Amino acid sequence: MLELPEGKRHLVTFTLDGEEVRGFAEPRMLLSDFLRQQLGRSEVHVACEHGICGACTILLDGEPARSCLLFALQASGQRVETVRSLVSADGKLNDLQVSFRRHHALQCGYCTPGILMSSEAFLRANAKPSEREVREMLSGHICRCTGYAGMVDAILETAQTRAEQP
Amino acid sequence: MKPRSFTYVRPDDIGEAVQALERWRDDARILAGGQSLVPMMNFRLIDVKALIDISGLAPLAYIRERNGEIEIGASTTQAQLMGWAQLANRAPLLSAAMPHVGHYQTRSRGTVCGSIAHSDPSSELPLCLATLGGSVVLQSRSGTRVLAARDFQTGMLSTARRPEEVVVCARFPARAAATGYAFAEMTQRQGDFAICAVAAMVSANSIRLGVGGVADRPTVRDWPALADGELDDALNDFAWDLGGTDDAHATAAYRRELVRRLGRRVIGEAGNARTA
Repeated sequence: MLELPEGKRHLVTFTLDGEEVRGFAEPRMLLSDFLRQQLGRSEVHVACEHGICGACTILLDGEPARSCLLFALQASGQRVETVRSLVSADGKLNDLQVSFRRHHALQCGYCTPGILMSSEAFLRANAKPSEREVREMLSGHICRCTGYAGMVDAILETAQTRAEQP
Repeated sequence: MKPRSFTYVRPDDIGEAVQALERWRDDARILAGGQSLVPMMNFRLIDVKALIDISGLAPLAYIRERNGEIEIGASTTQAQLMGWAQLANRAPLLSAAMPHVGHYQTRSRGTVCGSIAHSDPSSELPLCLATLGGSVVLQSRSGTRVLAARDFQTGMLSTARRPEEVVVCARFPARAAATGYAFAEMTQRQGDFAICAVAAMVSANSIRLGVGGVADRPTVRDWPALADGELDDALNDFAWDLGGTDDAHATAAYRRELVRRLGRRVIGEAGNARTA
């Protein structure tokens, strides 16, 4: 049985966007804060800190998760993906990101990293989603700029483009 | 919006989880999906000195059918239940309710048993468990005991679980012969807390309706087969007996109207599903 006492910092290692990372965290440290403060990954956006808004959504072992509802220690030995994983090594946006830009699926962009990660996981699992399914998936995020219409179009278009690829 | 300090405990099996719980008792909380618990910790609504993380206990992540019941282990996520190939066939009520449980992004972590143990009065899973007449299995060092859903949930966010007990699984009765099931709820946004949620189970000579989001716990009522006019009266009586209150989301009168209307709708749908 592993027991990590309060008030002490413990070693945490996991795979972040394909690279091994390490740092130290007290049990109470949220994964969102660990990513931002210990690892400098400010693309993980934090807003509500109680799991409602979805801005901090990352993928944990390929599944979408609120990083504000996970403790850093829980990521030990796991695979974490942030929005940075969508960008290619030479800095090119992926097809979903390009589609978001084309459809004006973001305005201030604060909610966008989380929505991109949810959408990416969703599209991996649902190759041909209906508009209703896309809207249900997006109900787990709050965007106060766009009204979501551009996101729905961008996600459906990406699904279609990917389905047409050989 | 950060939790206060706590000791993180990760047991290697259920025996160790029970052992840790025995030691920390009321100062400990079991962490499964954390989708309700961690927000409460972030808000400092609850005080946790030790968090016992069972989310990684693979032997507790299972769905199996035994003796006419679908047994779901304590670390089984809501997404795993939704993805269970037999869900629509063996548990039509759960199949109808699951899309309303949280969001796509929370079901990947949130667990079935965690939702039941948390016992929010507006949660869908405790409502389904109560309507189906299911049970909860609790384990402590002195052994296991099985509590019927109506004995387990005692009020808002409160259960008959003793401090040294861990919920190890929940048992949902599987689809009964010649019975139809239906589920509906009213929310402000898909996946939000239900202002009123209803679950119906209808056979040739019986009607059962469970209601969540109105009283302090899911409440179930049984009737024999009723004529149309009798059903309206029965639903009206039930709506008043639930004793809903006004809050920021809805008035008590609006909730009563939802019980009458959604109740009628799901009883009709369940009746149709039976004959189909």
